[in-house]
Amino acid sequence: MAKNTKKNEGYLSSREIREISRKNRKITGELEKKWKRKHVPESEYLTQMKNPENAVEFEDLHTWFFTDAGTVKSVDGVTFDVPIGKTIGVVGESGCGKSVTSLSLMQLLQRPQGQIVSGHIRLNLGDKAIEISNTPREQMQKIRGNVVSMIFQEPMTSLNPVFRIGDQVDEVIALHNGEGKTKEQIKEETIKALEMVGIANSQGVYRMFPHELSGGMRQRVMIAMALACHPKVIIADEPTTALDVTIQAQILDLLRDLKDRINSSIMLITHDLGVIAEMADYVVVMYAGKIVEKGTAEDIFYHPTHPYTIGLMASKPVVGRQTDELYSIPGKVPNPVNMPDYCYFRDRCEKRLPCCDGEYPCEFSLSDTHKVSCYRCDPKYMNEAGKPDQAPDGEGGR
Amino acid sequence: MDILQVTDLKKYFPIKGGFMNRVVGQVKAVDGVTFRLKKGTTMGLVGESGCGKTTTGRTILRLNGGKTGGEVLFNGKEVYDLSDKELREARTKMQIIFQDPFSSLSPRLPVGEIIGEAVKEHHLVPKAEYDDYLDRVMDECGLQPFHKTRYPHEFSGGQRQRICIARALALNPEFVVCDEPVSALDVSIQAQIINLLKKLQQQRGLSYLFISHDLSVVEHISDTVGVMYLGSLVEYGEKKDIFDNPLHPYTKALFSAIPIPDPKAGMKRIVLEGSIPSPANPPSGCKFHTRCKYCTEKCKTETPVQKEVEKGHFVVCHQF
Repeated sequence: MAKNTKKNEGYLSSREIREISRKNRKITGELEKKWKRKHVPESEYLTQMKNPENAVEFEDLHTWFFTDAGTVKSVDGVTFDVPIGKTIGVVGESGCGKSVTSLSLMQLLQRPQGQIVSGHIRLNLGDKAIEISNTPREQMQKIRGNVVSMIFQEPMTSLNPVFRIGDQVDEVIALHNGEGKTKEQIKEETIKALEMVGIANSQGVYRMFPHELSGGMRQRVMIAMALACHPKVIIADEPTTALDVTIQAQILDLLRDLKDRINSSIMLITHDLGVIAEMADYVVVMYAGKIVEKGTAEDIFYHPTHPYTIGLMASKPVVGRQTDELYSIPGKVPNPVNMPDYCYFRDRCEKRLPCCDGEYPCEFSLSDTHKVSCYRCDPKYMNEAGKPDQAPDGEGGR
Repeated sequence: MDILQVTDLKKYFPIKGGFMNRVVGQVKAVDGVTFRLKKGTTMGLVGESGCGKTTTGRTILRLNGGKTGGEVLFNGKEVYDLSDKELREARTKMQIIFQDPFSSLSPRLPVGEIIGEAVKEHHLVPKAEYDDYLDRVMDECGLQPFHKTRYPHEFSGGQRQRICIARALALNPEFVVCDEPVSALDVSIQAQIINLLKKLQQQRGLSYLFISHDLSVVEHISDTVGVMYLGSLVEYGEKKDIFDNPLHPYTKALFSAIPIPDPKAGMKRIVLEGSIPSPANPPSGCKFHTRCKYCTEKCKTETPVQKEVEKGHFVVCHQF
């Protein structure tokens, strides 16, 4: 056993796995118990928004997955706000915790392994605010779909192939907003929702099965489902990744238009920087479960500061920009089970300083909106590093 | 010299149904594609999904059974006239890199086997040199020799794509069809793979047919670009001509839909209404007329032909 672990680091023996899973069960069991309680007094999850202008506030959120291979800190201390009526873009590579952040807000994490361990998610309900991490299961049912709703990643797989489109959208309305409504009224609302997302033949589509629709139409149906109950916060998890550029353009226009019409906020999760630039007012860049840089779209696109953001921008080919060789960030993301205790990006960073060996850098403000987690922005080390780099010439900044 | 010359290539797939599984219709997946590929250059093929890009690539390599019409000349020889023996030889000269590195590698074979299988099969190197040869190919593609005994599931997406590339290049081909090699990968990994493809092209003088729906990637890697719509090539020419001066209304719309990573760029977008018509029943006349804003009566009835507007810049549109 010992030989085996020595030979292949990262491989666990069955005894170790058993031990880990026993510990995990203890931790998750308690959290599950708390979550499954019935008749929880409202006072336990009512809270105050820090700023009433915000629709959602994430504060120091930690969402961890207790797996048999060890604890994966998918989201590890994420803080950002989603203001009312604005679009916030979350960018990052796959596996950096973008989707887990949004699933935490919906309480749709894979339980019991996935748990919000600490931190706050405050959701503004208008007259009151609730703390999602304490909200019991029953209560969450009323919030999903009505207040927060989600457009899922792949329209091909997130619609049920054996039910008609109409039935699937009806279900959403009946479940979340259907009290005292007859079937006809619900159908009327469904058709209205389908028309809202630009489906011309809404009566026909109501009777169709998902396989009869194209990818773009399916994504429209997904959006109709998400918006059927006029939610205040829309989470769009890579809404256009599976679509062609022309269809993508249609869908983005639609989202922008609908957001203004029902005055809601969008949390747009994507890895396409082009889409972010077009849609987002604020941008959050995530790397390995932490936010490395956040700011307004202008801050991020014109003055990217964190080496990861700069690298990300330089590695994407842009139409009309000639480069001989694309920049590629060396190395790869650290193992999520054993995160290093220094800056997670240090090993891939080309601008590392001696101080980078220290603990993970805290957040430094470059302006009121622009925050970066990098020692190069620490006033203490400013002289060492020279000015905090604005993108290298001609790269990234445009 | 042209390594590949495709003239009016057609590939229809039968739709079976009804009584006794008769052929009731045809999906015109590729319907008139004409282009030439110079040795050592890259041709980018762009278009929406379902427009026949992949089918074009596969039909050129004779991977789709027969063709319905047209000509594919590889090094001056018609690919579809080769005898079995000749085809076997030609197979080593033309290779393909598939779209999805997660499903195109056999999970039961170790990586060395995946890469070396075809080399053994075609007896490309003597047995004694086989191991060294494999190491060299893997090294060129950025893989370590100890990866040979591992299985595909132990690798990340980018590494898997490297395995796919190594598998194609182990046969020392002249021409490689890259069927969306980077669309399943993350941005930073994408850059690594594109750089690798470019480096290998310079080292070995490869010619690529680069199929992608990501226009920015195509612009980066290609020398010539072809734009496909519903089975036909609507515009074809040098990269510079196509990107600086797109002529066909579809190309214009396609390019205007690319999101630019600049929040102040402003959107002067031509949004196409509706979606791509069914290739089983394409519109009469110009196939794009149902979504084109310059559509005239002529477009609805008469099929436009390919015209050379500038030198080496071909457009299929009645406007020119």
